[in-house]
Amino acid sequence: MTSTVDAAPYTVEEVCERFDPVMGLEVHVELNTATKMFCGCRNEFGAEPNTHVCPVCLGLPGSLPRVNARAVEGAVKIGLALNCQVRERSGFARKNYFYPDMPKNFQISQYDDPIVFDGHLDVPLDDGSTWRVEIERAHMEEDTGKSLHMGGATGRIHGASYSLLDYNRAGVPLIEIVTRPILGAGTRAPEIARAYVSALRDVIQGLGVSDVRMDQGSMRCDANVSLMPKGATEFGTRTETKNVNSLRSVERAVRYEMGRHAGVLLSGGTITQETRHFDEQSGTTSAGRPKETFADYRFFPEPDLVPIEPSAAWVEELRAGLPERPWERRARIQTEWGISDEELRDLVNAGALDLVADTVEAGAPAESARSWWVSYLTQQANTAGVELAELAITPADVARVIALVAEGTLTNKLARQVVDGVLAGEGAPDDVVAGRGLAVVSDDSALTAAVDEALAAQPAIAEKIRSGKTKAAGAIVGAVMKATRGQADAARVQSLVLERVAAGS
Amino acid sequence: MSDITRSDVAHLARLARLAVTDDELDVFSGQIDAILDTLGRVSDIPDDVPPTSHVAPLTNVLRPDEPAPSLSREAALAGAPEAEEGRFRVPRILGESQ
Repeated sequence: MTSTVDAAPYTVEEVCERFDPVMGLEVHVELNTATKMFCGCRNEFGAEPNTHVCPVCLGLPGSLPRVNARAVEGAVKIGLALNCQVRERSGFARKNYFYPDMPKNFQISQYDDPIVFDGHLDVPLDDGSTWRVEIERAHMEEDTGKSLHMGGATGRIHGASYSLLDYNRAGVPLIEIVTRPILGAGTRAPEIARAYVSALRDVIQGLGVSDVRMDQGSMRCDANVSLMPKGATEFGTRTETKNVNSLRSVERAVRYEMGRHAGVLLSGGTITQETRHFDEQSGTTSAGRPKETFADYRFFPEPDLVPIEPSAAWVEELRAGLPERPWERRARIQTEWGISDEELRDLVNAGALDLVADTVEAGAPAESARSWWVSYLTQQANTAGVELAELAITPADVARVIALVAEGTLTNKLARQVVDGVLAGEGAPDDVVAGRGLAVVSDDSALTAAVDEALAAQPAIAEKIRSGKTKAAGAIVGAVMKATRGQADAARVQSLVLERVAAGS
Repeated sequence: MSDITRSDVAHLARLARLAVTDDELDVFSGQIDAILDTLGRVSDIPDDVPPTSHVAPLTNVLRPDEPAPSLSREAALAGAPEAEEGRFRVPRILGESQ
């Protein structure tokens, strides 16, 4: 049996009886700048192929790159959020390789002086504990084009007879975030890998510098995994599983590679250092393209770009503007709103946390804000088949509706009609109230007239109430509510009915 | 002397996608050797001299993140030997052995 044959995977528990896993995670994040890293072509996902290309990103002769200032800012923000140091002088380098996804035949990247380095991220795990992942560096580079492999059975590069290239993505600003080796994770290695990528995604989303959509490729993870015999200090040979594109896949890919490595090693084989491809369907990996060794990239300083020297003042300004970490914000919100872990989790899972927070920010009490978003609005979103955040109502609208209920202008039932109106595009809550004539009838003289009318229409019931059977008042209240199309406050009507009966009406 | 071998030259040629004849392997290994010897003198410079990658005394040459016109797709593909479905068509990427 050769080392390249996949052995039956072992479970992580079985693996960790004999081995210690070592992981290294490389995460690529596309920045959401308006333009590419080195040219003014638009950075836009999903455009028609080769419509956002120019001589610079196509690598045409004589073209010269120019660095996007906002991309540098994004890189520094990410570094600061990951507790990194910002390098005082940082340069670009050429990474040379021949591959059609880079039309220049090199990628502009950074080599031994990445813009930020030596950081860490304290990653929250499912059991409430945290795991510190050390960050070695994060550097700026450019994304590659997209290939379609044609003529093969599977759309993969293997077996394809030719490929088609779209360079819209070539040159999109990319930040590569590299961890130091993660040791001592044991059986939790797959969970920690997922939790790290998840935490990184949340942090970067909070910075607003990337869409971090793994499904669209704006965040991608390469997982390096190796095993060493328990107690050993020298790392085993690693494999690098490329472009894993969901959080679940990160966990599965690490778990699979741990099991596969153990299978190969325990049957006397050796691990081949190679890149591997993760198959979402089967949850397995297969050998990818053989990779150049590091020296083969022949890095050298990019002659067309001068160094970046972020000023200390600018770095401090960016540091001061960093948002609260998402999980710290969640913890703060949980305390402020006095909700349970489960209620918080429901809010997060429903995608309602930010919406509720913004509604509270707009002046609503947390309890009512939460209630609107998780019950009535969630139902409306489900019915419409959209995400909660996609509903055509803003947190400020919801806060206004809540205020209208609190001041007695709307009943809960009317409030739902107002929300329906806002969702239907009839305008802001006050516009809907006016447009649909929905305000509560709070004018006592109008209500008194309606009560008198109802009592007169049902003399038998009026008599019952008069003889002390106050429960009978419900029928009169119902009649008044019907007459006012639900726009009266039922409690107020009830007391008016009793008043009018006592007054001899 | 550095010791660039024929197989080093063959390897570099493969990385650069250059077809090199057998005779050229000898010629280039000698030439690259001489170049490396000359460049090797850089390591005689004391460590406290900062490396120079650019002679221009410039830093932070940045452009604002503002879109500029791109090429039309027709123009972009005009120089391509082959195009298909609005994309550049390239030969098979992996060889049979891969």
